[in-house]
Amino acid sequence: MKGFRFTYLVCIGLALVMCFGNVAIAKKIKIAMVTDVGGVNDQSFNQSAWEGLQRAQKDFSIKVSYKESRQDADYAPNMETLTDAGFDLIWGIGFLMGDAIKETAQINPDQKYAIIDFSYGKDTPKNVVGVVFQEEQPSFLVGYIAGKLTKANKVGFVGGIKFPLIEKFEYGYMAGVKMANPNCKILSQYAESFTDAAKGKAIANNMYQQGADIVFHASGGVGDGVIEAAKEKGKWAIGVDKDQNFLAPDNVLTSAMKRVDNAIYDMARKLKDGQWNGGDTVVYSLSNDGVGIAPTSGKHVPANVLAEVDKLTQKIKKGDIVVPATKTEFDKFKF
Amino acid sequence: MEAIINDIGFIIGTTLMYSTPLMFTSLGGVITERSGVVNIGLEGMMFFGAFVAATVAYYTQNPWLGFLCAGLGGAFLGLLHAIACVSFAAEQIVSGIAINFLGPGLALFLSRLFFDGATQTLTIPNKIPLPLHFLFGEGKLFKSAGFMDLVFNRFATVYLAFLLVLLVWFVLYKTKVGMRVQAVGEHPEAADTLGISVYRIRYGAVIMSGFFAGLGGASMSIAVVSRFSNTLISGHGFIALAAMIFGKWKPQGAMLACLLFGGAKGFEIFLGAKGVPVSSSLLAMLPYILTIIVLVGIVGKTTPPAAIGKIFDKSGK
Repeated sequence: MKGFRFTYLVCIGLALVMCFGNVAIAKKIKIAMVTDVGGVNDQSFNQSAWEGLQRAQKDFSIKVSYKESRQDADYAPNMETLTDAGFDLIWGIGFLMGDAIKETAQINPDQKYAIIDFSYGKDTPKNVVGVVFQEEQPSFLVGYIAGKLTKANKVGFVGGIKFPLIEKFEYGYMAGVKMANPNCKILSQYAESFTDAAKGKAIANNMYQQGADIVFHASGGVGDGVIEAAKEKGKWAIGVDKDQNFLAPDNVLTSAMKRVDNAIYDMARKLKDGQWNGGDTVVYSLSNDGVGIAPTSGKHVPANVLAEVDKLTQKIKKGDIVVPATKTEFDKFKF
Repeated sequence: MEAIINDIGFIIGTTLMYSTPLMFTSLGGVITERSGVVNIGLEGMMFFGAFVAATVAYYTQNPWLGFLCAGLGGAFLGLLHAIACVSFAAEQIVSGIAINFLGPGLALFLSRLFFDGATQTLTIPNKIPLPLHFLFGEGKLFKSAGFMDLVFNRFATVYLAFLLVLLVWFVLYKTKVGMRVQAVGEHPEAADTLGISVYRIRYGAVIMSGFFAGLGGASMSIAVVSRFSNTLISGHGFIALAAMIFGKWKPQGAMLACLLFGGAKGFEIFLGAKGVPVSSSLLAMLPYILTIIVLVGIVGKTTPPAAIGKIFDKSGK
């Protein structure tokens, strides 16, 4: 009988703890994200996203979590798992998750979702927000720096796989170069891969061989080879997505940064303040600190050029300059 | 004229850069398959080798130590494959697939441990040296950025790969051990009756193949580039495996197949840079299409070692 009473007390105790525990948790907003195959420490946008969530956790006292995808086939199951776990908002990091999010969102209309680098346009489900970046803007700024600093009057661009997202980098960069230096020649080549570092190295080597002295890459792992070529030949490379100066401190001139962390942080704030609007696409640009150039740019770029970049930034923010993101826009662009 | 010669130099140089990691791994494939054990785990072994090389080179600042340890790391995975396939008579393809999961898994797990949670290493301070570098530059024997510089100013791993082809060829065809490896791969029962230890030969061959694949990975992470990242080795091991088959299970054949593939890559990049009016995604298929054409048209029928993939059990079961 004594044993029974003890168990009874423990049960009541546990029940009480669980009640209060639940009340405490229910007040906290919970946000989770699904990474793409790069994993949460990819030194690129997955990591940037997670840093944004962690910052939001500290500042807004919310609860955050992540789930890594080993392969493309994991996206949908990971979404399902997080949906069942009851989060207020679930992020998909990367355009590859576009289909998985849409499908899951239609099955679970009461669950909020958001996705980086994807816009469903008019077809955005009511419970989804697409987040896109104006990558052409920081590309324009680093292009301007390249155009100003090239001594050979020749610069290069190495793209990953040729599709509209990467072309935004290409045309923004080209416009920036031409703005700074109308006579500058631009070599442009796509690796048709985001992983083949040897190919990036060969392409960049060839560009340097042809006389280019600055090469910008928007090509993921291929860029490792581009930066390596710059290092071996003593030339400049320009990094992408994150500040890549740490990879070759003497050879990475600047980087075109995409502040996924700021976007994620900003959306967490909106969710907390009740400003979250589903069914919409949010654009992050220079105006809301969604993109920019690397903070370490001052190391190699002279102050007067950086001052000009600041002026251009203001003009872009005001809308006096609309940076081209496609070939058609580039052809129409007035320098 | 000079521009054309330099273009050719660029293509040859790119060929050498591309082929080297494949050649190491492909040689490993030749050794293990000639002993009768299929090893499709080369990809995982390369991946692990690339990680070990960059990690050791980063912490010890000695690229050669990193290179050696990469071989040992690959050999360790080779040992696991040998234990499964030779001692426990496991299905070799299945064990190989397991290695392809284990290699990257282990590499990423250790990477997170050593590099503060990152799935890539930091940049190594010293790379594998360029042994002929002193010949090129202002006032030297050859001018920099000329044909000779483009072709011959290569990392030591490139020269080492060619030396190893020679070495493997010699050992396989001109020494007692090599003959035994071939005998075990063709007819293990006959070799066994002649007193050759099939198990021991196969263990040695599979471990060596891991060692070579590890070196192949290292020649990516500490020579072609100077750090390891989780996308650095993506499919190289499988291409090396294919090259070994195109090369008819011969070291010199595997070398030629790797050079062919690397050459096609170099040519593709050259065409892309020249701005030929072909979509870059179509150009990117060139190396693979060329390889298929050569395989079907020129190489013809290939015959693998007779006992390949077959389980040998000394007790005769």
